[in-house]
Amino acid sequence: MTAQTMPLAKALTAGLRASLEADEKVLIMGEDVGRLGGVFRITDGLQKDFGEHRVVDTPLAESGIIGTAIGLAMRGYRPICEIQFDGFVFPAYDQITTQLAKLHYRSRGLIQVPLVIRIPYGGGIGAVEHHSESPEALFAHTPGLRVVSPATPQDAYDMIRAAVVSPDPVLFFEPKGRYWSKGEVDLSSPVPSLDGGGPDPLGAARIARAGTDVTLVAYGPTVATALSAADALAAEGTSAEVVDLRSISPLDVPTVVGSVRRTGRCVVVHEAPTFFGAGAELAARVTEECFYSLEAPVLRVGGYHTPYPVAKIEHDYLPSVDRVCDAVDRALSH
Amino acid sequence: MNPDAPAQAPIPEAAQSAAAEENLVQLVAPDGRRADGPLAAAYRDRVAHLGTDELRAMYRDMVLTRRFDDEATALQRQGELGLYPQGRGQEAAQVGSARALRRQDFVFPSYREHGVMQVRGVDPVDRLRIYRGTEHGGWDPAEHNVHLNTLVLGSQTLHATGYALGVQRDGLVGTGDPERDTAVVTYFGDGASSQGDVNEALVFAAVNNAPVVFFCQNNQWAISEPTSRQTRVPLYQRGQGFGIPGVRVDGNDVLASYAVMTEALERACAGGGPTFVEAYTYRMGAHTTSDDPTRYRERAEEEEWALRDPIDRLAALLRAEDRWDDAWAAEVEAQAEALAERLRADVRAIEDPPPASMFDHVYATPQAQVTAERAWFEAYEHDTAQDEVLDSTVEVAR
Repeated sequence: MTAQTMPLAKALTAGLRASLEADEKVLIMGEDVGRLGGVFRITDGLQKDFGEHRVVDTPLAESGIIGTAIGLAMRGYRPICEIQFDGFVFPAYDQITTQLAKLHYRSRGLIQVPLVIRIPYGGGIGAVEHHSESPEALFAHTPGLRVVSPATPQDAYDMIRAAVVSPDPVLFFEPKGRYWSKGEVDLSSPVPSLDGGGPDPLGAARIARAGTDVTLVAYGPTVATALSAADALAAEGTSAEVVDLRSISPLDVPTVVGSVRRTGRCVVVHEAPTFFGAGAELAARVTEECFYSLEAPVLRVGGYHTPYPVAKIEHDYLPSVDRVCDAVDRALSH
Repeated sequence: MNPDAPAQAPIPEAAQSAAAEENLVQLVAPDGRRADGPLAAAYRDRVAHLGTDELRAMYRDMVLTRRFDDEATALQRQGELGLYPQGRGQEAAQVGSARALRRQDFVFPSYREHGVMQVRGVDPVDRLRIYRGTEHGGWDPAEHNVHLNTLVLGSQTLHATGYALGVQRDGLVGTGDPERDTAVVTYFGDGASSQGDVNEALVFAAVNNAPVVFFCQNNQWAISEPTSRQTRVPLYQRGQGFGIPGVRVDGNDVLASYAVMTEALERACAGGGPTFVEAYTYRMGAHTTSDDPTRYRERAEEEEWALRDPIDRLAALLRAEDRWDDAWAAEVEAQAEALAERLRADVRAIEDPPPASMFDHVYATPQAQVTAERAWFEAYEHDTAQDEVLDSTVEVAR
């Protein structure tokens, strides 16, 4: 164990570096990923070390990036595509949903398309329009894609490497507001196996904090919010369990259900609008499978059914510790 | 957008077709004679080696493609296929261009490339599974180096470009070894040329000098919209702004289609980058069996293009050059009849897939959601079957 303390962003860089070293078929492609190292510097130094041939600055055309990456994958390459910001994924939405997600199915398994699409997502950074969105549910709603989001530097390092070796396409949502949150990272951890033998390294949730009174379910940027809420609740005598989903598709329903059966209450927290969001699916599943354990309705804390608001009021839109605690209070009042 | 708005002076159709005549690579005139002129002179050496056997092979491919088209249309009318997109009229563009390809070249088709499939050897029954409703694909792309059909217009042009970038990375461009040098060709139409993906593919191909040929079949109609709704300039000029050379070929002339394709492939294989080919042709049939062209185009236009039928033209050439032989022609007709008979029997014999196969291959790795839903579905099917057995038992008991 050679654990180092580093921010989530640097753990991603280390994971990408390890992936490039492990397999010469791995490529990084995107806008400004080369000399600049990406607008968030996640690919910092990689073009210098691996060359313009492996870390490729593409034309500014998201559909073109994903569409050509599909062709490269069909030829045996493993492209890691960077979409510069969440709101810029939509020009590629057609290629992702009509082509990438369906080629394995359409070809009856003859064509694998092992693409990773990295998307910095979420708000809280005071950005302009289209730079703070959380579109993960749109992709989770598309069969054929894996949709994941790490919350910790160690998970960022492990999950990006697992995503690169995944034979299925992975939408890798990076919580950009947590890029500079630090944590311990064991850089010697093995590349997680995807052979289906053990727990799915891209699909298994983790219990981030154990508790007994209520289950807070979160992923990506809101895991830290939920943990802070759990601290605040503990001070008031409420014991909250926090489940970090890691994956939105597939959903680790057994882990969530196991937790809610113990606590009897469930609050889902995400930045995306709650309307038709991941929390809606979770509420349905928890209701189906924990009906006789539930002490209160499943509640959701998330974005409103508005476009992402302007920066000066975004903190009234984003799930805050206060709003999570308020939802827990409502759940406990039943 | 209001099509009646007088924003810009329209380009008269006549001017467009005049430009088409002026810059059209044509090697065989509609009457079957070898064409003259500077463009013909520039390309005729590319077909000089094609003797009677090769020309007859092209004719055979075109006749079989036409027969496939007719039979598939009939099968749709009989309710054996849900839909079929007709390719009648485009046989020369497809057979000529595909005949120029080598085994190692890779094709990314749209969905009307029946002549390309014929040349590449994709099984005719497999090609109809998608329209029978039993497959979304139907064949193994690696077997014939032909990707599956792409129904979203233009998407495949990006896949072709990416694949070509992979070929380039594999060091299979400019080796000088004709057995190794590899090119990629993508087929699309005048309608698809308006898609963003096609334009992005041109950008990616150009800046990377990708070994890819953009083979645009301008068949004059995108369902009901004429090409004038897609472009103000002749389509072969589309590549120029991207830095991609363009050529317009008479798509009803199989030799000209072959010739321009050899040039484009040579350029790609030598490291010269992409080419934009506009094959000027005509969709003699409907867009699909669900379409009714009488609602949007004139009979006179169809009759005019019927005079330029690509199969008649090659037959005229074979006759004019004493390459025709009645016994051989009868054999081709017999092969076409055999193909039709096989389609009638084997398409009907395609079995429906088992319902639970809908869960196959959604992912390459086990995925909890699909696994759970499949288990539920199979249990439901099982229980329903049990109930039916029970019901029939009760019925018998009564």
